Amino acid sequence: MDRIPIPKMGSFLLVTIQVDMHDQLALRLQDDLTARIVAAKARGVLIDISSLEIVDSFIGRMISNIAGMARVLDAETVVVGMQPAVAITLVELGLSLEGVRTALNVDKGMLLLQRSLEDPEAEQ
Amino acid sequence: MAAGQVVQQIIARTQKELLVEWLQNQAADGASRPDLMKESELRDQCKEFLALIQEAASTSGLDHVSGSAWASVREFLNGISRTRAVQGFSPAETATFVFSLKKPLFMRLRQEIGDAQTLADELWATSTLIDKLGLYTTEVYQKAREEVISRQQQELLELSTPVVSLWKDILALPLIGTLDSARTQVVMESLLHKIVETGAAIAIIDITGVPTVDTLVAQHLLKTVAAARLMGADCIISGIRPQIAQTIVHLGVDLSSVSTKATLADAFLVALKRTQSSLPQSSPPKSSNG
Repeated sequence: MDRIPIPKMGSFLLVTIQVDMHDQLALRLQDDLTARIVAAKARGVLIDISSLEIVDSFIGRMISNIAGMARVLDAETVVVGMQPAVAITLVELGLSLEGVRTALNVDKGMLLLQRSLEDPEAEQ
Repeated sequence: MAAGQVVQQIIARTQKELLVEWLQNQAADGASRPDLMKESELRDQCKEFLALIQEAASTSGLDHVSGSAWASVREFLNGISRTRAVQGFSPAETATFVFSLKKPLFMRLRQEIGDAQTLADELWATSTLIDKLGLYTTEVYQKAREEVISRQQQELLELSTPVVSLWKDILALPLIGTLDSARTQVVMESLLHKIVETGAAIAIIDITGVPTVDTLVAQHLLKTVAAARLMGADCIISGIRPQIAQTIVHLGVDLSSVSTKATLADAFLVALKRTQSSLPQSSPPKSSNG
């Protein structure tokens, strides 16, 4: 069964979702990521969903959950690269991912993570 | 002799006289509008119409207006109604163009036919024909007008939702007119695409031109803000007029999750501060600068 690779970069973990998320994959990602955060002592997680074109309420909730779990494990989570259509769908589904940080692209997401590490007071 | 043949002969024989009388009738009925259409143009149209009717009537009689023989007549009327709808003729004036042909035709029929029975038959056939053609004209006219309206609606929708780039990383979205669901959708899409295109970090939504803000409009605004946030852009709502501020509070709409400013200038200042202060390293987290 395929799984999403989670490479480590400095003290951050990168999750790039390049296939269509099905429910099983999302659940597995949740397991893998939480285990990996603990194992790698990661301080930040960057989830790139720029190639995700279809979302449903389950995947939306999953993203929000993953962010929440990472936060509990003391890792900042940034979701980057959401497609306009995906953003509209999530909003229409009533999932505005409260509490999840977002950025337009990987560059900006990395900046955001680095800054929140340097200056934890500036966190919202 | 089948009903309608006399009419067809009359049209064939006395086309010139008919044309003159018809034109006079149109002028008397107020259907010809010299301010909108030249008389020579009208004359050409009438002439062509008479010729087409005569041709169609000689092939298939007066009964089958929806048949293939009358296709050229219908097409001609189609063109006339459409151009007249655009030129600004009223529907009555457009229909009278056809209806005013009745009188000269009836007069000719009366002169030609002595027998009351035949006359009645011929009159009936002619009347039905003219009515059908007139109704067809009105129908096309209506359709043309509806097309104009729907096209304008579409244009209005696109025109009224421009997304402008104010500064590096700052977008402005001046909203004008009422925000309904369809417009919100268009606004949201154009805003989000512009965010991707420009990589903007802050979008200012200016609602100075929104006449009223009720709970639905507020909800639509919040949706737009939420979608922009998902893309990683902050939103500032500006241009809130005093009355609107009152309404929002009275309705119990919660805008506390969005920063709001009274004027676009204030919002712009805040946006500048946020993006510029992020040029050096330390800054509030959300205003990033790629």
